[in-house]
Amino acid sequence: MSDAPVTAGVADDGRPGAWEPVIGLEIHVQLKTRTKMFCGCATSFGEEPNTHVCPVCLGHPGTLPVINERAVEYATRIALALGCRVGGPTIFHRKNYFYPDLPKGYQISQFDQPLGVGGHLDVELESGETFRVGITRVHMEEDAGKLVHSGGATGRIHGADHSLVDFNRGGTPLVEIVSEPDIRSPEQARSFLTQLKSLLEHLDVSDVNMEEGSMRCDANVSLRAAGAEFGTKTELKNMNSFRFLQRGLDAEIERQEDILEAGERVTQATVHFDPTTSSISVLRSKEEAHDYRYFPEPDLTPIELDSEYVERVRASLPEFPAARKERMMRTYDLTAYDAGVLSANRSLGDYFERVADIVGDGKVAANWVTGDFAAYVNGVGLQVEQSVVGPEALAELLGLVAEGTLSGKMAKEVFAEMTETGRGARAIVEERGLGQISDSAALEAVVAAVVAANPGQAEEFRQGRDKVFGFFVGQVMKETKGQANPHLVNELLRRRLTG
Amino acid sequence: MITRAEVEHIARLSRLHFEEQEMERLRQDLSLILDYVQTLGELDLTGVPPTAHAVALKNVFRPDEPRPGLEQSVAMANGPHVERGQFLVPRIG
Amino acid sequence: MNVLGLSAVECRALLESRDLSALELVTLYLDRINAVDGDVRAFLAVDAEGALRRAAEVDAIDPAQRRPWDGVPIALKDVLCVEGWETTCGSRILAGYRPPYDATAVAKLREAGLIFLGRLNMDEFAMGSSTENSGYHVTHNPWDLERVPGGSSGGSAACVAAAEAPWALGTDTGGSIRQPASLCGVVGMKPTYGAVSRYGLVAFASSLDQIGPLTRSVTDAAALLDIIAGHDPRDSTSIGLPEPIRLPTETDLTGTRFGVVTEYMGDACEPGVRQVFHDAVAAVTALGGQCEEVSLPSVEKGIAAYYIIAPAEASSNLARFDGVRYGHRAAHSDDLLEMYTRTRSEGFGAEVKRRIMIGTYVLSSGYYEAYYGQAQKTRTLIMRDFERAFAQVDFLISPTSPTVAFKVGERTDDHLAMYLSDLCTIPVNLAGLPGISLPGGFSGGLPVGVQIVGPHFSEQGLIDVAYALEQRLDIRARPALGEVRP
Repeated sequence: MSDAPVTAGVADDGRPGAWEPVIGLEIHVQLKTRTKMFCGCATSFGEEPNTHVCPVCLGHPGTLPVINERAVEYATRIALALGCRVGGPTIFHRKNYFYPDLPKGYQISQFDQPLGVGGHLDVELESGETFRVGITRVHMEEDAGKLVHSGGATGRIHGADHSLVDFNRGGTPLVEIVSEPDIRSPEQARSFLTQLKSLLEHLDVSDVNMEEGSMRCDANVSLRAAGAEFGTKTELKNMNSFRFLQRGLDAEIERQEDILEAGERVTQATVHFDPTTSSISVLRSKEEAHDYRYFPEPDLTPIELDSEYVERVRASLPEFPAARKERMMRTYDLTAYDAGVLSANRSLGDYFERVADIVGDGKVAANWVTGDFAAYVNGVGLQVEQSVVGPEALAELLGLVAEGTLSGKMAKEVFAEMTETGRGARAIVEERGLGQISDSAALEAVVAAVVAANPGQAEEFRQGRDKVFGFFVGQVMKETKGQANPHLVNELLRRRLTG
Repeated sequence: MITRAEVEHIARLSRLHFEEQEMERLRQDLSLILDYVQTLGELDLTGVPPTAHAVALKNVFRPDEPRPGLEQSVAMANGPHVERGQFLVPRIG
Repeated sequence: MNVLGLSAVECRALLESRDLSALELVTLYLDRINAVDGDVRAFLAVDAEGALRRAAEVDAIDPAQRRPWDGVPIALKDVLCVEGWETTCGSRILAGYRPPYDATAVAKLREAGLIFLGRLNMDEFAMGSSTENSGYHVTHNPWDLERVPGGSSGGSAACVAAAEAPWALGTDTGGSIRQPASLCGVVGMKPTYGAVSRYGLVAFASSLDQIGPLTRSVTDAAALLDIIAGHDPRDSTSIGLPEPIRLPTETDLTGTRFGVVTEYMGDACEPGVRQVFHDAVAAVTALGGQCEEVSLPSVEKGIAAYYIIAPAEASSNLARFDGVRYGHRAAHSDDLLEMYTRTRSEGFGAEVKRRIMIGTYVLSSGYYEAYYGQAQKTRTLIMRDFERAFAQVDFLISPTSPTVAFKVGERTDDHLAMYLSDLCTIPVNLAGLPGISLPGGFSGGLPVGVQIVGPHFSEQGLIDVAYALEQRLDIRARPALGEVRP
């Protein structure tokens, strides 16, 4: 049991409920190794079916698994990042069951000697409070192939006429992360998963993309009267987005509430959430739970990671979001909000720091990176690394603004062109003659001409109508096609109008 | 001694079917064998560690380097029922 | 040329000296197969065309460019994946299956230049001691065609005994090389677990299986072992041998200590077998070896432990035979469950199904500790007994099988009795030790084998002492098989 500081027994909407949700999550993460867990086939996504396969991952007779050493390293990183105890012999077991996407008729997984145990993740809620979710275990296993159900109306199993199996995905390394049932609401679950995802991104061990399936989440859900024993739990499987997770949990909690309110008992079952109908369907009673007949995998040797290995991996861990956020606030004088945004995504944070270091102004860099730059990459759906505008290029643009060559407003236009053409800021400014006019003499001439051409408004200003000042600024800007340095214009106009 | 119900349960787990007339004989055969192997239970093995591998090895790995696999046509060649580059199986539900 | 006398080493010498061409050699064996296999039925399939083609290719190569074993034929137990060949493991469930790859041991044979004659019959998925469990047909013992050749490598042993090939590969999980070697009067060797790669060996019991040679002489066994042994990165449990194997020459056993295992000399042993064994011990002594009694108290529990561990591992290893990706699939199934169940029920034979059932049972919920856990601990005890023995003696010597070859059909109803006949061989697999069976003599005209067992990776020593005994015993009798059938 964890010391969750959030009050138990209060539902999300503030209504004191009779029933407190108890939620544990099981997350499967696909590792982005080059090859599969137990064979040398390249990992893949979206390729022609059965083109990334070999006799081993097809489960041909006589084939044998061999452990991918990088998968072990990535899994160790995850376990250490989650504060697990790692070290001591860890072995693979066979989990035996029949299913078409399981070519050997068993999955090589881990059972009672997993890679890591006893960790935690401190999760920050929007309110600013943190709560700790225990991590029961972290273990390694192989992914199954992909099943497509055919011939039915919905593409799901029920009503399908037959199914088709593609083994490209089969054998991809997976890490399973199991949380303690410390989560007390769908909102907490979503926060936990969001922050876990951010952590895993920082570790650079997985794409953690729920839509693509490189991160999958199942939930165990039960209700209890506040302070009472845990109730019967159901398993809510395969939610493939954060929103569906939260909605699915809401729906299942409501379903269980209805049952308990009616004085009935919740049956152990696997349930599925259909986002299109927002409804829960009970797939099968867990009374007929699989008997997996686990036994140690005789084709593999035990793994014993010595302390030297563990410390080496630990030393290679990157800075985590919480720590990075603190440091950014300190070093670059950022608001908690900006630091939060920039530390949540490793690449964005890296990009920002590079820009800030060159430009020497964290706040300006943060404004641009969280503003125009983020809008650009998100708008076209790019990863930060794929941006046409690199950090040095953005820094150059910001330098032009700082030195007065470019107005802030013009800089946005230039940035847009940079994203489209990939050309540098200075080049664009020079070519289009966009440089801010900061030449006092030149501006003085324009200001003089504008004031002389508008004697009426000049008189009104002298009479005390300050608002007219804006008219003059507008006229000067019109004459200079918006390129006059605004500070200088203000200064010169005031002098001419008042002097 | 294994019961008829247990035999049926194990057969289901193993995805095997036995005809009615085979079942009693099977139950007796299995009982004989299980009774025999159960004699191991008579040994006092407290404190004896299990041996999973006769010749102890550990930390056997392979590098994360791709190796050539099979062409799709070869991968599918032994398939009893193949459609659009995938293995077809009858309806699961 | 009298093919009946040729060992593989002799074949190689004849090819090198150009006394024989590869084509002539292969033809001799193909003719022999034609003459006798109608009775012996060692083969499941003969690849005459492929063998002749390869032989012609070899003959076209300048001898100075040839690989060591170019042109020498061999036959393979049908449990090893051979790319492009149908590989059935003696089972109907793999009818038509053609592996897209070679087993590592098979690849090594190819690299050495050996010519594959065909695939040999076996008990289905290596489960059995008589080859009567084959899904295809029964193989007959060349010494008495009404008797079994032993199993599960019965086809391999019979083939070599009948001189249908100079040598063959078999596999041994609980005695499946050594016992048929004993019953057929040939040499059979199971290497240390891990000496030979299991990649491409269709798994029966993963922690016990090993590939090994069945040959006409100890020297041939040494040569074949040397070809196939070696660490393989595709097999995480493989180690290889510490050094290349030298062909044996030594015939003096002075200073070598042998242990006669008390527990093997009990009532199960037939008097005729006992007699041959005692003569063999006398021969060892005559060569200067010292024989004393050693006790391995735990080996009596070896059969029980084996019939938990092996079926447990097998039940899992055979789960992949589900009709989805290869092999037999039951026709016209309404749904997946029906497809799985009918495919496996149609494709597997009775013994395989029995063992799958035992294996599933002992691993099932609530039984793991009582059975599998207990068996793995028993295994530890057995290994400790062997360790203690090897502190006292260099090698253990025993009969390989308590009986000579029994008649076809004699034991098919008494499964337990069939299991109990593996008393002398099973503990060796549980401990992962190397063991060799060589012809010791005859009882009632039927061969009796003598087994010598050594510590882990003592293959060289084992071969040397077996050779000395073999030379001393000098057994020359051959089965009196007829020539071309009318």
